[in-house]
Amino acid sequence: MEADPSTNPRIEPRLAVQRLSTSFPTEGGLVHAVADVSFSIAPGKTTALVGESGSGKSVTSLTLMRLLAKTANARVSGVARFATREGRSVDLLKIDEQALRALRGNQLSMIFQEPMTSLNPVLTVGEQIAEGVRLHKGLGRSAALADAKRMLDLVEIPAADRRVHEYPHQLSGGMRQRVMIAIAMACDPTLLIADEPTTALDVTIQAQILALMRKLQAETGMSILFITHNLGVVAHHADDVVVMYAGRVVESAPVRPLFAAPAHPYTQGLLACLPGRARLAGRAGQPRPARLFAIRGQVASPLAPPPGCAFEPRCDLAIAACRDAMPELLATGAAREARCIRVAAALPEAA
Amino acid sequence: MKMPPMLRQLLHRRIVLVAAVVLLIIAVLAIGAPWFASFDPNDTAVLQRLKGPSSEHLMGTDELGRDMYARIVHGARYSLAIAALTALGSVIAGTLLGLVAGFFRRLDAPLMRVVDAMMSFPDILLAIALVAILGPSLVNVVLALVLVYTPRVARVVRASTLVVRELLFVEAVRALGVRTSRILWRHILPNLMSPILVQVSFIFAYAILAEAGLSFLGVGVPPEIPTWGTMVAGGQQYAHQAFWVVLFPGLAIIFTALSLQMLGDGVRDLLDPKLKKAL
Repeated sequence: MEADPSTNPRIEPRLAVQRLSTSFPTEGGLVHAVADVSFSIAPGKTTALVGESGSGKSVTSLTLMRLLAKTANARVSGVARFATREGRSVDLLKIDEQALRALRGNQLSMIFQEPMTSLNPVLTVGEQIAEGVRLHKGLGRSAALADAKRMLDLVEIPAADRRVHEYPHQLSGGMRQRVMIAIAMACDPTLLIADEPTTALDVTIQAQILALMRKLQAETGMSILFITHNLGVVAHHADDVVVMYAGRVVESAPVRPLFAAPAHPYTQGLLACLPGRARLAGRAGQPRPARLFAIRGQVASPLAPPPGCAFEPRCDLAIAACRDAMPELLATGAAREARCIRVAAALPEAA
Repeated sequence: MKMPPMLRQLLHRRIVLVAAVVLLIIAVLAIGAPWFASFDPNDTAVLQRLKGPSSEHLMGTDELGRDMYARIVHGARYSLAIAALTALGSVIAGTLLGLVAGFFRRLDAPLMRVVDAMMSFPDILLAIALVAILGPSLVNVVLALVLVYTPRVARVVRASTLVVRELLFVEAVRALGVRTSRILWRHILPNLMSPILVQVSFIFAYAILAEAGLSFLGVGVPPEIPTWGTMVAGGQQYAHQAFWVVLFPGLAIIFTALSLQMLGDGVRDLLDPKLKKAL
């Protein structure tokens, strides 16, 4: 099996995910947390996975890293082709545990959402950065610690010589996230999965962390799978965007066309929720809107999904036919797809 | 680097400081027993039997004319050694058991039901039964007490492991490619040190009492070995005419056990963030 040029007709992608599905058996029945998700990330590029809470974006990342708890009994299907540094192509979902361990933290790293709990409180940050280095580069204790210092410098933590010997509780939230990045970057990964890396941080620190990730990406040429619900961040930092709703991809497109002309009503709604957009809309015509736009209703229960389009109950453009069947992903332009039978109607008229 | 301020904070409370000083004195006496006692603990002097405290025999003599002070100081060696070995053994065994039960969900139920079964026996009864089976000796008393206290540690460690294993950093090191055995040893175990430390101090105190109890009941160490328990046991028939034969070993037991409990309380309060403000 070769890599399938599903959404990206460019050179061989770093990661190509095809028809990924993850479901969990629960007392209420099988929950399809992720269903039929396909996307790919080119080397050196950033793909953003966007969606609200419960849309399946985090489960997607945990499935790719094979970090789902065994006790959850997750049922996973699909293919996740990862191009290794050595030029081989492996399926992350199928390779054995030992081969996976050799990739994790080495070629394939992950940054978590909560910098407060993602670090071990009883080990110094130096020891924690050194952990991966010792494991994957086979360095000794002191060499690994020297490497940890270099990494702290790289993520722009001042006084690295002192900080390597400090414990996580002595660092601020932003610094901890920098340490997390240092841990993830210590072995020069080719793919970084960042699961809402800036959600727990305040806005100025967010900007710094994102700038840092950008700088590191430019220096190392790694690919980033960026999981977020923050569209402002997506607009600045992503190359391609995959919008998820209720476990499925509802739209995927390169970032500029997506923001210029969102095809799916859900994407349109998300964009309309941005405060900046609301202000613009106010200036261009009607009196200034008094409130921010909000998508009405809430995500359908994963145990009782609507029969047709999952977004239909919340959609202003819904028609009777939307309830009949789950729409397929339809091509809507160059490298663009949307899961909506009303794509034509949904395209903004005057744009 | 971290220890000195913590130690200072621990000794800041007067009761903990007193307990620490008492334990230090007892430990020094036990280690330097031959230098602190001018008599051999097993030298009998029948003419000197059951003599009250005097300048020659600080704590009097027992029914065989042996110097009580020498026996208590030497007894401290045995009593403390038994308690220390018990604490060490049960903490090692209990930590392993609790760690495995807490981390591997599949082993949790079978292991913990065995632990529950062991804990449902009264401590001293289980110890008596075990010594009765194994035969009275120093090693067997330690072995029996280790078996009695292991489930207690296992429970505490399992509960703490259940909390720590759900913390995000465990997932983060797994995402780093670290194997399970190393996650347990290097990342989870150090996070359990505070509850384990507290258990050590309490089990140390319990073991001193339990050893004394077993020896008093005649199922502990053989009577020729001077432990505080055997001394109380041997002196009980003479207690109405020579109170010192039970009083001094009894006081030694009480002071040591109480001090250890106080120290344990101090450590627990120090390590419990919820109580930190109250200090």
